[in-house]
Amino acid sequence: MMATIPLAMLQENCEAVIVEVRGGMGLTRRLAEIGFTNGTRVKVLHSAPPGPMLVMVRGSRIALGKGVAMKIMVNPVEGI
Amino acid sequence: MEKIRVALIGNPNVGKSQVFNNLTGGRAHVGNWPGKTVEKKEGVCVHKGVEMQIIDLPGTYSLTARSIDELVARDFIVEEKPDIVIDIVDTSNLERNLYLTFQLLELEANIIIALNKQDVAKSLGYEIDAKELSKLLGVPVISTIATEKIGMEELKDAVIEAAKVKEKRREHTISYGKPYDEIILKIASILQKDKELSNKYPVRWLAIKILESDEEVLKLVSKSPVYEEMKLQLSEAKKILEEDVDTALAEKRYSIISEVILPKVFKGTRPLTLTDLLDKALLSKYLGIPIFLALWWALFRFTFDVSAPFQDLTHMLFSKLGEIANSHISDPQLASFVADGIFGGLGAVLTFLFPIFFLFLGLALLEDSGYLARAAFVMDRIMYKLGLHGRSFIPMLIGFGCNVPAIMATRTIDREEDRILTILVNPLMSCSARLPIYLLIASTVLGPYAAAGVYSMYILGIVLAILMALLFRRTIPYFKGKPSPLILELPLYAVPTMKSTLVHMWERGSLFLKKAGTIIFLGVIVVWLLSSYPWEAVHQGDTVVLENSYIATLGRFLEPIFRPLGFNWMAVVALFFGFIAKEIVVGTFATFFGLEESSEDLPTALRSSGTFTPLTGLAFMAFSLIYIPCIATIGVIYRETGSWKWTIFTVMYELTLAYVVAFIIVTFGRLIGFT
Repeated sequence: MMATIPLAMLQENCEAVIVEVRGGMGLTRRLAEIGFTNGTRVKVLHSAPPGPMLVMVRGSRIALGKGVAMKIMVNPVEGI
Repeated sequence: MEKIRVALIGNPNVGKSQVFNNLTGGRAHVGNWPGKTVEKKEGVCVHKGVEMQIIDLPGTYSLTARSIDELVARDFIVEEKPDIVIDIVDTSNLERNLYLTFQLLELEANIIIALNKQDVAKSLGYEIDAKELSKLLGVPVISTIATEKIGMEELKDAVIEAAKVKEKRREHTISYGKPYDEIILKIASILQKDKELSNKYPVRWLAIKILESDEEVLKLVSKSPVYEEMKLQLSEAKKILEEDVDTALAEKRYSIISEVILPKVFKGTRPLTLTDLLDKALLSKYLGIPIFLALWWALFRFTFDVSAPFQDLTHMLFSKLGEIANSHISDPQLASFVADGIFGGLGAVLTFLFPIFFLFLGLALLEDSGYLARAAFVMDRIMYKLGLHGRSFIPMLIGFGCNVPAIMATRTIDREEDRILTILVNPLMSCSARLPIYLLIASTVLGPYAAAGVYSMYILGIVLAILMALLFRRTIPYFKGKPSPLILELPLYAVPTMKSTLVHMWERGSLFLKKAGTIIFLGVIVVWLLSSYPWEAVHQGDTVVLENSYIATLGRFLEPIFRPLGFNWMAVVALFFGFIAKEIVVGTFATFFGLEESSEDLPTALRSSGTFTPLTGLAFMAFSLIYIPCIATIGVIYRETGSWKWTIFTVMYELTLAYVVAFIIVTFGRLIGFT
């Protein structure tokens, strides 16, 4: 098991499982509604640090600003 | 049977407006929701002798009532209780779309699911089993491809069928597991005792919303006689529950969707799509911005080059009409009114019909293909650094069409401070009404650099908007702090269909025609009146002495203010009336030269009048870009900010900025040797 890291640190084409969303009530809820809930698998489709990243979550492509991506904590999935 | 009221709901980008157009034949009555600034679209559909009233609800991901759009959609379903709610679901994105469906089920709405974009799902290599989905959810599910009008008849049949059984409310419950189900049940049974409440609202839904600390619902329940009892139960429950119940419930909903429903209905695989390949290039760190700029440049070239011959044709048409009026109307005042005022002034504005329509066509293509959201992605890093929300970029791009819908589009920005900041700088986005001014002035004085001059105005607008946002963010305490970060869905790329693109173009472009028929028309009449009277003083024999008109008096009164910018009284007056609608600037010049019986076309007449040098022409274009937004934009700024303070602030800062920028252009230009 790799260590928990912010989604923002995940490399392009890597997958991970969300373990925690740290943020205010409003942000956490919004993210949950579009599919970023604990245990969900996400894949980084595109990453352009320090800019936003594009992730695939539950079949849709969501652009996340870096600030948001730093608040989503994930466990990278090995072997991909 | 009486009229069936059908509400359409769905996530953004599911093809909702196409379904609406298919059902209603595109004829919509557009108004506002009572007390809200959100647009309400209504239409009628008659099927097998039954009349259906179709109501288009705002596109939304959820019904939490956080943004105005969500609140409007929810209130309509809860309070107005439409007979049928058609939930339009994007088949190619089922998982996320079903989240809204679940919320509708909890609202105990009478739902029909339209599984739209079947073709897209199929092209991606999978299918959804509609029958199985219908069985699992207990609601009718119809497969549709709205772009090709497939499944529409079945959808209408389903509406009539479902309307018959509306008395029988489904008792569909989504199990949230322990300990939630038990708590929800307890709270619901307390609320059930309040008959007034339970007759009007589904109590289970109320209970869930209370657990999610939904402010609107809490307000509603606080008036109930059972409120105290409910509160007691709630605080009991809070002791054993996790802190953020709403996130936990969202998680539960999603896990039911992905673990229970999807495995049973989803058939196929998800391969790498064309969208992913395109995104590799279009979102690229290095290529993204150059591609964006190149596309934009192409859009403008397309707008100008393709429309040029049409523009010449319209010009010929109106000058011919003017000649005919002049030779057939004996009364000189009436003849001048028709020839110079209407055909000259209004006609000059109408010659820009084609550039404006082509601009909207280009914008519609960019939007319908899914590129617009990518532009927001590409620009987010820059925007964020400059203190603007990444999402602000979409309203800004829409502003190139018209600032009014652009300012309304800021509603998708959730934080109020970010939203108001975006509204304040939006008028700097050069809308289609400024285009006629640039085209006229550029072709008058900029010669071979005309196209570059026009393009530079758009760039200037963006640069100024960014600078002002940065300035406001730094200096106005209200805007202090960082913008809230970007969260934006990027839709799949799609090849826009001819019809939907044309409809899209027409929806926006026809507003220009409407405006030309009303406010621009009135403005042009005022300009003609003021420049033709006093009649005897202006018309001395066969010569027209514009200097004796009322409008010249007004112009000369204002002229000293603008002398440092090198604008003469004609230019000043044109700007003065341009605040009604910026197209009137062009109409004003046309009226002037029409009155003077100039036989040349407008750019040539303007050139020989010596009103502008290349330098003052450029300054005039910049001034037109920046100064006071038109009346309609001022109105929408007031409506959307709800504050005169911000409205007046916008007008004042733009006037000042326009003056400063024009002054810099003129002064700096002279320094480096231009005239």
